Amino acid sequence: MATPLALRVVEAEARVYRRVWKGSVVTSFLNPVLYLLAMGVGLGSLVDRNLPDGVAGVGYLAFLAPGLLAATAMQTGAAEGAWKVMAGFKWRKTYQAVLATPVTIEALVLGVLTWAGVRVLMVTMVFAAVVVVFGVTSPVGALAAVLPAMLVGLATAAPVAGFTIRVDHDAGLTNLFRFGIVPMFLFSGTFFPVSQLPELLRPVAFAVPLFHGVEMARWAALGLAPAVSPVASVAYLLAWTVGGTWWAIRGFRRRLWR
Amino acid sequence: MSVPLVTARGLVKRFGDFVAVDGIDFEIAAGEAFGFLGPNGAGKTSTMRMIAATSPLDGGELRVLGLDPAAEGSAIRARIGVVPQEDNLDMELTVAENLYIYGRYFDLPRRVIRRRIDELLDFAQLAERRDARVESLSGGMKRRLTIARGLMNDPELVLLDEPTTGLDPQARHALWDRLYRLKRRGVTLIITTHYMDEAEQLCDRLVVMDRGRIVAEGSPRDLIARYSTPEVVELRFRPEVDVGAPSRFADMAQRVEILPDRVLLYTGDADATVAKVEPMEELLDGFLVRRATLEDVFLHLTGRSLVD
Repeated sequence: MATPLALRVVEAEARVYRRVWKGSVVTSFLNPVLYLLAMGVGLGSLVDRNLPDGVAGVGYLAFLAPGLLAATAMQTGAAEGAWKVMAGFKWRKTYQAVLATPVTIEALVLGVLTWAGVRVLMVTMVFAAVVVVFGVTSPVGALAAVLPAMLVGLATAAPVAGFTIRVDHDAGLTNLFRFGIVPMFLFSGTFFPVSQLPELLRPVAFAVPLFHGVEMARWAALGLAPAVSPVASVAYLLAWTVGGTWWAIRGFRRRLWR
Repeated sequence: MSVPLVTARGLVKRFGDFVAVDGIDFEIAAGEAFGFLGPNGAGKTSTMRMIAATSPLDGGELRVLGLDPAAEGSAIRARIGVVPQEDNLDMELTVAENLYIYGRYFDLPRRVIRRRIDELLDFAQLAERRDARVESLSGGMKRRLTIARGLMNDPELVLLDEPTTGLDPQARHALWDRLYRLKRRGVTLIITTHYMDEAEQLCDRLVVMDRGRIVAEGSPRDLIARYSTPEVVELRFRPEVDVGAPSRFADMAQRVEILPDRVLLYTGDADATVAKVEPMEELLDGFLVRRATLEDVFLHLTGRSLVD
């Protein structure tokens, strides 16, 4: 039976990844270790001293870890949707080579996003292992937190790919990170509860996909009641994923099928 | 002519208001080497991309291998080989890995891919560079690898867009030699080029394109016979000399073209023409006699040179 076209793209991405996996694994391991040490343990000791009841009822390290897991998934998804796509259609033009084969535009987009999902899974699994080593949660809790993180990764990768295919210079991507990804990383309840935000900004946090991932990851890892029903959060993130994929396919078609 | 591999009727390609391909007709038979000759911007690449089922038509009809590119693009692409103008190899991967990945896009079994990599690296004279990163290859090697990649699926039809642009003469000849071999194996080749020597060397039949239209069609020899004299005398005047009007040369040749840097005298009898040129020799930096080429055909048809 013929291999589905999108899977051929995933297989090719995996082959390319084999050349860089060592460096990439070190990064995905070091990142959580450094963040959890500096923010969770270091800064956390100050926070915990001032809040005997903890943040949302848990110690700061425990509060931070699942949120950071989800935020890391978002960043990984964003990087896959941004720099990878820019290299594909502009810097290396490998997409043009792929589209000269039986692979279609739709299959290319689905393959690229599936591979982004695989990358998010790898990064978050390593992160989850580190979280367990830090004694924040059980292995089951950490694994459960990977699921919503995956969804956040996809809900980011798809629209970011749709954005990237529409920009002509990497300055557009720098701005996307500067004004989009980094603020989301900082203000979506990852480092502090959104109840600390000024009243006016709180609804904005609810609109951000990462917020829903953070809430669900905390719920999955620690059993903390989420601010939004997980069913609604999953539906919301799926909407971003499906809508983003559709938007990316349209953009790919406009850019590459002309 | 046997059943054509490619048939186009009234083919049109537009980019906004710009008409890149303006209603062209052509047929390409199995086993022939067919060329699109024309200057940059003539519509050659747009035509190629439509044949390759990587660009939609804006008008007309096109059949490739008997299939409709709009509805069966994937099936067409599975059976053809494409060598784009710009090498879009994966620079991070090795020579063999580039071929491997490409083979997987065609869903070739791994065993077949391994065998074809061996064959194609021999064919492309890259066997010793098998595990080298693509970044480290010379321009000619990259081109040969791009051609090898386009052959991974053992295509019946290979499209080559400006195959030797940017290569040095030695690399061009090495590449032409590889393309001859393909042709001898019975692979149908479609080549775009703005080099008349390339078209003469490789093409059995070609169309001359200018501004999105086909202005002539035939074998290189036919075209030269139809649109030019067999020989050309080129005169180069000293910079301070006023060349004057074409009428000055009227009795020397059958036709005269005055270019910014030289005067071309088209003649059936080069000796007689040279005899008439000799009296003005002190006005000249030099002159030469040559065979007519497709460049002369193009000049005659469009009043412009192929390469500016």
